Amino acid sequence: MNELVFFVNKVLVAGTVIGSIYALGAVGVTLVFGILRFAHFAHGDLMTAGAFAALAGAAGLHALGVSTPLPIGFVALPLAMIATALLAMGLDRTFYRPLRERGARPIVLVMASIGVTLMLQGLVRLFAGTAPRSFFTGERKDIFHIALPFDLADRPIIVTEPQVLLVLLTAAAVVALHYFLTRSRLGKAMRATSDNADLARVSGIDTELVARTTWIIAGGLAAAGGTMLSLDVTLKPDLSFSLLLPIFAAAIVGGVGQPYGAIAGGFLVGFAETLSVFNWSVLLRVLAPVLPETVEIPTKLAFVPPEYKIVVPFFILVVVLVWRPTGIFRGRVL
Amino acid sequence: MLVEAANLHAGYGEMNILDGVSLALEAGEIGVVIGPNGAGKSTTLKALFGLLRVSEGSVRFDGADVTNATPESLVRRGMSFVPQERNVFETLTVQENLEMGAFVRRDDYRHLVERIYALFPPLRDKRGQPAGELSGGQRQMVAMGRALMVEPRLLLLDEPTAGLSPLFMSQVFEQILAVNATGVGVLMVEQNARQALGIAHKGFVLASGRNRFTDTGQKLLADPEVARSFLGG
Repeated sequence: MNELVFFVNKVLVAGTVIGSIYALGAVGVTLVFGILRFAHFAHGDLMTAGAFAALAGAAGLHALGVSTPLPIGFVALPLAMIATALLAMGLDRTFYRPLRERGARPIVLVMASIGVTLMLQGLVRLFAGTAPRSFFTGERKDIFHIALPFDLADRPIIVTEPQVLLVLLTAAAVVALHYFLTRSRLGKAMRATSDNADLARVSGIDTELVARTTWIIAGGLAAAGGTMLSLDVTLKPDLSFSLLLPIFAAAIVGGVGQPYGAIAGGFLVGFAETLSVFNWSVLLRVLAPVLPETVEIPTKLAFVPPEYKIVVPFFILVVVLVWRPTGIFRGRVL
Repeated sequence: MLVEAANLHAGYGEMNILDGVSLALEAGEIGVVIGPNGAGKSTTLKALFGLLRVSEGSVRFDGADVTNATPESLVRRGMSFVPQERNVFETLTVQENLEMGAFVRRDDYRHLVERIYALFPPLRDKRGQPAGELSGGQRQMVAMGRALMVEPRLLLLDEPTAGLSPLFMSQVFEQILAVNATGVGVLMVEQNARQALGIAHKGFVLASGRNRFTDTGQKLLADPEVARSFLGG
């Protein structure tokens, strides 16, 4: 039973956590692609920027003497989401909209977004340095040990407070997004624009308003994902590099332009990662007594060593692009 | 005059397609634009609706100069456009398609949705279905219904019967008459010149981006030269 608990901790808990992060990022990528028709490579940097905004907000709240039962970084999250939404709108106005108005081809916008990536990473390094930072300097991170009620397992399931908050936040974001897209006038206009931008314009839909709304949602969710990941581990200034590939893999697996697909894709990539780096010999060892002695169970038996985790989303990406380029939910071909 | 285009020059990029097209329509009239392929029929509609840059000439709508106005502002003024292809939001339901037609309205438009269902009864049962799943004829109803949600005074239709079977074609013409009967002016481009001129108050025959004949629909139908050159004898 302890082995199973180990599996739950290493695969189910970790997969749900990282899957939620990827989902929050991938929704933004997929919405931006659906409405503005380009792959926004600077999305990972919006997540980094959001995390730093939350860190700054947390420092500010701390200086004001605010103390809460929740992690102060989480309390600062709404501020970070607003700041990042404004940043995303500002980036659009400064770099992407002028290109859009001149009728630039999508590849030009993709290149511009790579430029924005380099710029944002430079700015982060300039102002924040390269060392990882922790949100938990002045307070303690609550860790919940859920002891199992039966005797066979003496090891507990371990979840941290940020992890619980992350899952709740992701669930709330998904439900809110669903209602927004299917019930509100602006949300329906977003779906209409994603479906057929020319017809949206002809119908009198304000496509610039739709674009702004898209950046607000994408920026807000990116900030949430970046902040929650940093609360769970640490805030690394090069966060975006490790996030970009899994997020794009998630968006493509789910079907580009399909928000629900992006959420499913995020969890799929997250679980694929944790399953791949899991040491399966832990579970196989249980079988040792019934196996013949000639079979030796190696001490380490994972599909991929943890330091090569990044190949997992890459592999998924290649497989999907070769066999089903439209993704699970039949999105567009990037 | 409801709409009046004078000496329109417009095209795609460097290529000029319209070389001085003029047309005028009174409120509540049906106007039909016919002509051979490449004559500039669809281009004329797009130029009127601000989808192409007009380099010379002018468009007046309801007394105001709207040359090169944006489609959005024209929709607000009471002009609607139904493109020839991809004219419904396929992944949105029928009802949502109609709601998108009313995007510029901030008032309560539920009675209008009801009116569209009364005008196109088959849509009522399909209101919750994605428009992409409908038949060609029903899609055309959704497309027209969407355009009517702003209560336009002028409806621009780009080949509304393209790709439809003859049965649906007559149905579409009947629906256009029904829409017109509610006081909406209609300006349409049509390949089925004979049938279209039959319901037209005014007909405009274009060739190589210029007006060749302009008259009432009946007179154009009766004109032997129009018949020989443009109606297939």
